[in-house]
Amino acid sequence: MALLEVSQLDVRFGLRQGEVRALRDVSFTLERGERLGIVGESGAGKSVAAFSLLNLIARPGFIAGGSIAFEGQTLNTMSERGLRKIRGNRISMIFQDPMMTLNPVLSIGAQMVECLKAHRRISSKEARAIALDKLRQVQIPSPEKRLDQYPHELSGGMRQRIIIAIALLLDPDIIIADEPTTALDVTIQAEIMALLLDLCEQHNVGLILITHDLGVVSQVTQRMLVMYAGRVIEQGPTREIINDPQHPYTQGLINALPQMATPGERLNQIRGSMPSLSNLPSGCAFHPRCDFIKRADGQTRPACIEQVPGFVQAGNCQVACHMVAELLEDRRLKEESQ
Amino acid sequence: MNTQASAMAEHHIPAENVEEAQTLLQICDLKKRFSLSGDFLDQLRFKGGKLVRHQEHVHAINGVNLEIMRGEALCVVGESGCGKSTVARTVMGLITPSEGEIHYDGQRIDHLSSRQLLPYRKRMQMIFQNPYASLNPRMTIQQTLEEPLRLHHPTWNRQQIADKVEEVMGSVGIDPDWGKRFGHEFSGGQRQRIAIARALAVDPEFIVADEPISALDVSIQAQVLNLLMEAQHARNLTYLFITHDLAVVEHFGTRVAVMYLGTVCEIATTSTLFAKPRHPYTQALLSSIPRLEDDRPQHIRLKGEVPTPVNLPSGCVFHGRCPYANARCIQEIPPLKMQDDGTRVACHAVEEGRL
Repeated sequence: MALLEVSQLDVRFGLRQGEVRALRDVSFTLERGERLGIVGESGAGKSVAAFSLLNLIARPGFIAGGSIAFEGQTLNTMSERGLRKIRGNRISMIFQDPMMTLNPVLSIGAQMVECLKAHRRISSKEARAIALDKLRQVQIPSPEKRLDQYPHELSGGMRQRIIIAIALLLDPDIIIADEPTTALDVTIQAEIMALLLDLCEQHNVGLILITHDLGVVSQVTQRMLVMYAGRVIEQGPTREIINDPQHPYTQGLINALPQMATPGERLNQIRGSMPSLSNLPSGCAFHPRCDFIKRADGQTRPACIEQVPGFVQAGNCQVACHMVAELLEDRRLKEESQ
Repeated sequence: MNTQASAMAEHHIPAENVEEAQTLLQICDLKKRFSLSGDFLDQLRFKGGKLVRHQEHVHAINGVNLEIMRGEALCVVGESGCGKSTVARTVMGLITPSEGEIHYDGQRIDHLSSRQLLPYRKRMQMIFQNPYASLNPRMTIQQTLEEPLRLHHPTWNRQQIADKVEEVMGSVGIDPDWGKRFGHEFSGGQRQRIAIARALAVDPEFIVADEPISALDVSIQAQVLNLLMEAQHARNLTYLFITHDLAVVEHFGTRVAVMYLGTVCEIATTSTLFAKPRHPYTQALLSSIPRLEDDRPQHIRLKGEVPTPVNLPSGCVFHGRCPYANARCIQEIPPLKMQDDGTRVACHAVEEGRL
């Protein structure tokens, strides 16, 4: 059994204008010590996916269906009290903006001790010793001094290191990191990602990394999900998806990167923009932007417009695309006839 | 498609031609300090029984020299707080420099009044980072695009203005129906398209773009970058392009200036810079781009963080984080020195051949 098993997750937001379905049919698993990336553009639902894992979706949002199982316990039906034992303790989170996560009126040490004492029966002195040890692990210079400093006295990169130290405080099994380096500069980003990767490997911690940066995902994770308009459209081993993406959207996303084009020439853009979740196109949500809805004979594939594509297995990856399904079917028929 | 691509490729002026190209904008020894100490009365302190005046400054730019050639795209890269946006805003006259001069097409413009600057404003336009903040929420798109035309062409009649707006909308791919709508009705990419249309409305020759695609999603970034390149090709524009995204620079820039803590540490043609970065900071910066390839080259880890621009380090501003720093680096500020291939680097280690 996988450490974390998410199946058929369905998250909705009840708005005055009607219900918006932020996530549909999202299923994935995470093994112990595995690093999984969730990639997508803004509005794809990747942050909602991360927040819903710990039942942190605030009203008017709610989990309408599906299940999240952590070591066999279903998190989405668990009591708030039971969840509190898991949040921060077994599964911890790192958010994008370190300043929003840290309490500005408490010293770093106080926040770390508070977190430890909430979950373990230990003295303040012991807690402080653990906090100090974690600060050393994230390679903060002069950690003793930092314990008594306040968040505003530290730089952005330093704050994010503190957040990582806090996330590691109770030796969790899984860390969910939502765009952990987006607010940071490239050189600092590289440092923080390297640190996170090292620590996850050392302590055998599972990582769910949410990001829009394909470069970061390809450097850090072993498997990845690509999301579009609330659905997972492609998932599989990171290397395979990066090297040979199957879904037209994933292909478009990778090809749109400046490094994929010859300098000075046109970039391969995807036309149009991500549809609003309250007004999704019929069938495959990507079809209005897709270059492959026409068959080789010039006819539009009706399924793309009428029917939501299911997953097909392509190599080690799962892809939700009618075009890919058709290609695979053709190939199978050809092989059978030979 | 092919002819278009090759025409675009010609825009990358080869290194040997850069020297002969005509200078459009020249920035000479530009410095900008921002006061942190407030008004005169706020600056007064009691010290040892005496009233003393205490002043503190952020040294945003410390002696930047740059020249921008006609038809090129000069990219300025650097991390947050390095002064790249201050350079852009000073060039546009939005900030008055503390010291130094800016020459536009041979004329000094940094000391002009806003009335005297008006004819230059028509020739140079700016695109801002955040299209949510740069469009007036109370104006329709039509009004937004008409405003610069009314200001710069006071003699034009209504029909002339309407025709021009329609033309510029067409050239950036804006649906004419958008004219009646307001900024908040559009997505980030669409708003940036409108902001570009507004900049192009007065037919400028020079555009300062301050992180124009940083707030946008990857697939939209490509659309906007393509639009900027098409406009450059069609209108023979010159760009001063401010960004922190090195992948964009590699694709878009003719030349690159790398900034660190208010100084330029390296200027080179894009291909030279990416093939052969000289300055230790440039090397570290390039090595930290997350790449898609698996065989990641070990990224160069810099010790510490960018020092505050309030108390600048002595000597080379990078010495505290530089793996090659020696006694001379701590004392002496390195000037930009021309290398054999036209690259200019401000580094004692490069000059002494230690690197």
